[in-house]
Amino acid sequence: MTRLIWLALSLALSAPVAASDGVSGDRERELRNLLIQDCGSCHGLQMKGGLGPALLPEMLQGKSVEYLSTVILHGRPGTAMPPWRSLLSADEARWMAQQLLDRNLQ
Amino acid sequence: MNRLLACLLLILPLGAHAAARGTGDLGLFIERASSSVQIVETSTNTSIGRIGELGDLSHASVVYSRDERYAYVFGRDGGLTKVDILKAEISKRKMQSGNSIGGAISQDGRLVAVSNYKPGGVKVFDADSLELVADIPATYGDRQQRSKVIGLVDAPESKFVFALWDAGEIWVLDMSDRKQPKIQKFKGIGRNPYDALITGDGRYYIAGLFGEDGMAMLDLWNLSAGVKRILPNYGKGTQKLPVYKMPHLEGWAVAGNFAFVPAVGRHEVLVIDMQSWQQAGRIKVHGQPIFVMARPDGRQVWVNFAIPDNDTIQVIDTQSLAVIKELKPGKGVLHMEFEPRGEEVWMSVRDENRVEVYDTRSFERKSSIPATKPSGIFFTARAHRIGL
Ligand code: HEC
Repeated sequence: MTRLIWLALSLALSAPVAASDGVSGDRERELRNLLIQDCGSCHGLQMKGGLGPALLPEMLQGKSVEYLSTVILHGRPGTAMPPWRSLLSADEARWMAQQLLDRNLQ
Repeated sequence: MNRLLACLLLILPLGAHAAARGTGDLGLFIERASSSVQIVETSTNTSIGRIGELGDLSHASVVYSRDERYAYVFGRDGGLTKVDILKAEISKRKMQSGNSIGGAISQDGRLVAVSNYKPGGVKVFDADSLELVADIPATYGDRQQRSKVIGLVDAPESKFVFALWDAGEIWVLDMSDRKQPKIQKFKGIGRNPYDALITGDGRYYIAGLFGEDGMAMLDLWNLSAGVKRILPNYGKGTQKLPVYKMPHLEGWAVAGNFAFVPAVGRHEVLVIDMQSWQQAGRIKVHGQPIFVMARPDGRQVWVNFAIPDNDTIQVIDTQSLAVIKELKPGKGVLHMEFEPRGEEVWMSVRDENRVEVYDTRSFERKSSIPATKPSGIFFTARAHRIGL
């Protein structure tokens, strides 16, 4: 039951984003996994920080999707934040940035 | 009915049987998404229990008490949990910081140290009671900033050694007098040490550097000689690939005089001559290596890779320095652990929700154990190895 609610919730929350950014259902699942597991290896599974800073909505307040997705695509040269552009499209990076801002991680 | 059976199964091992079995063929693996560990037995390749509610276990690691009964689980959220693997229960648990990265157990087994990102430093606890024994903030610079601590290991003579990611320092902590910890600091060792290891004899502490080429080495038998840079010219002037995941050095693979380490940002395993500390070769591999681990006899080295190549394992023959086998266990191969004498190797295949056991001679898959997002695997034989 709780699973169902979750499903409904996450569909409701993410559908509009997915539609506007052209991220399809299967790819969305992959991206979500990437965000939690692989970004999580530096930022924490719950985005509370690790080698990289915490990426909770509170910390990201005032930062735009544009700005965040640029960091995601191009990384921060000279730091451990790698550029993801060979694995993610611009739309996908924007989608991820939006997930971070919404804290829509489950 | 099922429930009854489950109850019986739960109760039985807790009775007389529990006391009557050894733990030398036991271990556990982390299920990082569900905050649990599964206890496994390597004689039959089975799971014999699960323990939950261990907090955020991303990047969690484990050390064992010298009697191989208790596992100390270091969680990302600062949780330190002492698990009784015979009873399959939590024996003590403590939140000791906001954000931690790993730990070590002292030579005599009486102290457990944890390295913390936030607030940056090391805390040392009594292994029995988990009472705090020493708090060592990793402060550096004019403004007394605190650095994240990485690469914490135990060393002979009641020492712990660790490195400061932000400060570029290596500290040697002497705990022979619990009441008066002594710290020796080595500064300017290089930018951003990301992980470190200690050789199996407990003599050399070597930190990998993210911010520059080469590695920083400290000879613990010769502390006055200070930290030396080894492999200084490695990769000078060549463009590195983006590093999607920090390599691990813990599984320092040694075979004869050669050590095998993951190159940062390159599809290569480096071969180091441990007599001269010069690079003796480099082996082209499938992706960016994460763990480079020797079979206990040193004849093979097994390698896993960062995303997007993390569905693959390669096996290197240490005599010919050639890749002799490639396996595709499935997506998200995160960690490997050899059985103590190396006839089988376990690996966690995160995205397939399985832990798999392979025969290291035939390379056949022997067993597959269902798991929830498994990551690190740790067998009790670690209890008697320096630096693990
Ligand atoms: C290898 C470690 C590592 C991985 C993996 C990683 N990051 Fe980072 N990330 C960092 C570090 C370190 C910083 C801080 C850089 C700095 O000092 O400016 C950072 C910064 C960021 C920032 C900027 C935050 C801000 O407030 O400016 C964003 C956004 C971000 N990362 C998102 C991601 C996403 C999304 C992923 C996965 C696709 C990811 N990161 C994977 C290490 C990592």
